[in-house]
Amino acid sequence: MLDDFFIRALLAGIGVSFVTGPLGCFVIWRRLSYFGDTLAHSALLGVTLAFTMEFNIALSVFVISSMLALILIQLQKRTNLPGDALLGLLAHSSLAVGLVVIGFLTFIRFDIMGLLFGDILAVSVNDLLIIWIGGALILLTLKFIWKPLFASTVNYELAEAEGLNPDRAKAIFTILMAAIIAISIKMVGLLLITGMLIIPAAMARNLSSSPQSMVILSIVGGLLSVIIGLFTSLEFNTSSGPSIITTALLLFILSLFKIKQSIKLKN
Amino acid sequence: MSSDQNILVKLNNAGFSIKDKWLVKGVSLQVEKGKIVTLIGPNGSGKSTTAKIALGIYKQIDGSVEKYTNKIGYVPQKISIDWTLPLRVSDFMLLTEELDNETIDEALSLTGVIHLKNKNLGDLSGGEFQRVLLARAISKKPDLLVLDEPVQGVDFTGEIALYELIKKISDELNCGILLISHDLHTVMSATDHVVCLNGHVCCSGSPMEVAKNNEYKALFGEQASQILSRYEHRHDHIHTDEGEIKKN
Repeated sequence: MLDDFFIRALLAGIGVSFVTGPLGCFVIWRRLSYFGDTLAHSALLGVTLAFTMEFNIALSVFVISSMLALILIQLQKRTNLPGDALLGLLAHSSLAVGLVVIGFLTFIRFDIMGLLFGDILAVSVNDLLIIWIGGALILLTLKFIWKPLFASTVNYELAEAEGLNPDRAKAIFTILMAAIIAISIKMVGLLLITGMLIIPAAMARNLSSSPQSMVILSIVGGLLSVIIGLFTSLEFNTSSGPSIITTALLLFILSLFKIKQSIKLKN
Repeated sequence: MSSDQNILVKLNNAGFSIKDKWLVKGVSLQVEKGKIVTLIGPNGSGKSTTAKIALGIYKQIDGSVEKYTNKIGYVPQKISIDWTLPLRVSDFMLLTEELDNETIDEALSLTGVIHLKNKNLGDLSGGEFQRVLLARAISKKPDLLVLDEPVQGVDFTGEIALYELIKKISDELNCGILLISHDLHTVMSATDHVVCLNGHVCCSGSPMEVAKNNEYKALFGEQASQILSRYEHRHDHIHTDEGEIKKN
């Protein structure tokens, strides 16, 4: 069964959705969408590194993204530039450097479109293992830091005062962000990973009244986007990433009607 | 009375500065089990800063803090919650501690907001939210409660009831309370120890002692001093940005 590329892509997408659901909620709650974008842009550098050193792609993307997060924290401490300027600086320069490096690697044939927008043909059994094992590790870690992370998302000082160690939770969460980008890059492509994180979560926000229900709906939204998106991708021969994200967008638009209804009900 | 095992948190000559400007300097105080210590002082005198030093929120401090408990309930003065987060009162109660349903209900009933349990936190009024904050802080039955203006925005009758509740909690749980309050009447009636701040400790002691102190009267002006006694207004020094005291 795993011989079929489509089944592999489907299983990969389902695995990714289980992780992007809860992480995406935190990305929205903590206002980290540009941070996610920046990490994802740097993933291209990670990919080139993997090709030149014959290294595992997911691992080298993870290493480069984590390093970028560390550089960002250092820059925030040492310069007076606002956070969004620093994010833009890092995002675009790492993307540019990655593309320049690719230009030099003439001996390797790159599918740049696949890197940027995802390629369902590219998912191997190895990638499946990385997604499911890596994803399970990410979710376990998230469960472990959930309380301090959530409490400090609501109010940092409350969490700190009542002994929850929010700084540690934040540092671990940053690593988890780098990890989800590393494992989902082949499916969605590096330009659209942030979309996979925030659009299902944004849809879930429209429909939920508690943090738990938002997380669950965000997972459901991600699953639907992946499944419908991949079938469309197969049917119309479109890139997998854009098809998944477009489906997510349609679900988000549908969720807006639910809001309208509940506002009517309130009145 | 003040045997060492009863101490919950102790500040030794503690101070905190941001970019060479001292917010507060040279504060020594201790909170013991079953006692209420109240910080008073004008705006910008370092009351909230002192509370945050005691809580360990500010870490780069002058002097030292000794903390003997980790069961702490905190009601901050200002709390900004981002409403991109769907959060009901019942979710908020579980923020830092796992509690069973009965404990949550009990705490919400004590502060008079049990009817709001399933409401979205963003839909509450200022006073209602303040009651929820207090309920959350007491629900985990802490050893140390730090209450920074806990009744701001609460209606007049509610204010009195909540201060009575705070006193009762201190007795029942035998917990120590570090209270910041503007209401001098309450301070004088319910507090064991008063620390009067103005960038440094102006004076401290029992409420009666503080009320007789010249610096206290200088800070709070005629009206406050008339509550207990009549003395001349004598503020014989000013405070520099460095937190130093300059004689006039």
